[in-house]
Amino acid sequence: MNLTAIWSIYRFEMTRFFRTLFQSFLSPVLSTSLYFVVFGAAIGSRIDQVDGIDYGAFIVPGLIMLSVMTQSISNASFGIYFPKFIGTIYELLSAPVSFLEIVLGYVGAAATKALFIGVVILATSSLFVDLSIAHPMAMVLFLLLTCLSFALMGFIIGIWAKNFEQLQLVPLLVVTPLVFLGGSFYSISMLPPIWQKVTLFNPVVYLISGFRWSFFGTSDVPVGLSLLAIGGFTLACLCVIWWIFKTGWRIRE
Amino acid sequence: MAAILSISDLRKSYDGGFEALKGVSLDIDEGEILALLGPNGAGKTTLISTVCGIISPTSGSVKVGGHCTLSDFRAARSLIGLVPQEINLEPFEKVINSVRFSRGLFGKPRNEALIEDILRKLSLWDKRNSQVKELSGGMKRRVLIAKALAHEPRVLFLDEPTAGVDVELRKDMWEVVRELKANGVTIILTTHYIEEAEAIADRVGVIANGEILLVKDKDELMTQLGQKQLCVHLSAPISDVPASLAAHALELNAEGDALIYTYDTRGERTGITSLLNDVAAAGLVLADVSTRQSSLEDIFVGLVSGDKA
Repeated sequence: MNLTAIWSIYRFEMTRFFRTLFQSFLSPVLSTSLYFVVFGAAIGSRIDQVDGIDYGAFIVPGLIMLSVMTQSISNASFGIYFPKFIGTIYELLSAPVSFLEIVLGYVGAAATKALFIGVVILATSSLFVDLSIAHPMAMVLFLLLTCLSFALMGFIIGIWAKNFEQLQLVPLLVVTPLVFLGGSFYSISMLPPIWQKVTLFNPVVYLISGFRWSFFGTSDVPVGLSLLAIGGFTLACLCVIWWIFKTGWRIRE
Repeated sequence: MAAILSISDLRKSYDGGFEALKGVSLDIDEGEILALLGPNGAGKTTLISTVCGIISPTSGSVKVGGHCTLSDFRAARSLIGLVPQEINLEPFEKVINSVRFSRGLFGKPRNEALIEDILRKLSLWDKRNSQVKELSGGMKRRVLIAKALAHEPRVLFLDEPTAGVDVELRKDMWEVVRELKANGVTIILTTHYIEEAEAIADRVGVIANGEILLVKDKDELMTQLGQKQLCVHLSAPISDVPASLAAHALELNAEGDALIYTYDTRGERTGITSLLNDVAAAGLVLADVSTRQSSLEDIFVGLVSGDKA
């Protein structure tokens, strides 16, 4: 294992992040504050409680997940697409690094950035609502696994994309709707019975439900199922990446 | 000398059926400079990209320092440095960080003294903290070379390193190449500039349509394939070549004051003595005599157009 190479890629990617640290920090703080103004104060004041939890606090896990998922995908997809776009990928391909090491460097950096933003949102949220975390270890585990799995998915999108439009396509047309319809801002028990069944086909439901359980001890679906879902998703992404590695698809063509 | 790079029957076909490499075999000795000449689309960059691992070969094998580039890619690639044809650099990164990154990617521990040395030699030290996008085209090309040298490669590929570079910088780069050779680095460079091959190469390879047409010692190539021209300047212009000189297949220049005789240095007899005797016998008075050796460019154009004579 070429650990120096993994560290080099990771550090190179993180430098890009630190160059724009102010924006990286400010944008989640601002968007979280806006969500709290709109959903917490304006609309939330008309909603009593959801599953016995104040609405303002109820949306915190969903808000964190929303940002963490989209940030993981966009960071990782951009991270690997940019070298492809500007041509610097030649250096990665001609270096004595395996594809696994390249993945670890890029995905690790993308996941770290998303994790940072998740923590910033959590901290900002605690300024607006009283938060208590029932299962802190599980919370950290869910957060880490989500960062990792969505960064893996982002990496696949970055390899797949042939232009900037395609890079935006999956996050915009697939991930954002799934996250919004995945119970970020509501409990699925609030939906009509038929939609309660339909929504179970949305994998994001399991992630948000599990993550919310780690905060409040209540969930829409059993927490074991949530863990299974995120584990399965990570595994599926790893399999696709392994296949890309074996075939050189869209890399060494 | 032992071959540090050994390419056997390397083929690359693309999905559309286009065969970019048609069974290339080539051995390159340690410490030599090989110039690969060829027209656009000849397969020069494909060959380099396949050796360096950027493109997967369809068949054939490449060994670097005895290590197969596919089964033992870490050991093989560790020995190789690549300066690509296009200026592919992360625009927002500082020069020194970009070079450090390249070294790290090859698994080498940080060595600031070495990086300073490379940057100084390439006149980049003053620009080390500049962002790449602030540099001129020539400077960016130097950064590419610095990145390729950062991990101390034993074999360096330079894919048209002086394309679009001014004369002074080109000569500076030749100096860098000579210095690397003095340190035992093997260099393979592709170029369109024949003068570049002529100036620095030990051997010259000619590639066209995915095939190596020839690989020869540069001087031997010049001698063997080189045609020479003898120019006999006359003291007074003439309108036609005298009939008594017809056997020598002479050309008369446009001004009519010089006879041009083309001969092959490979021939046992050049025919110069009899020509000069016949010229004197024809009553022509000589003003001067000069010869011109054909350049690699003439040889190259002759080979690629299929005229191997």
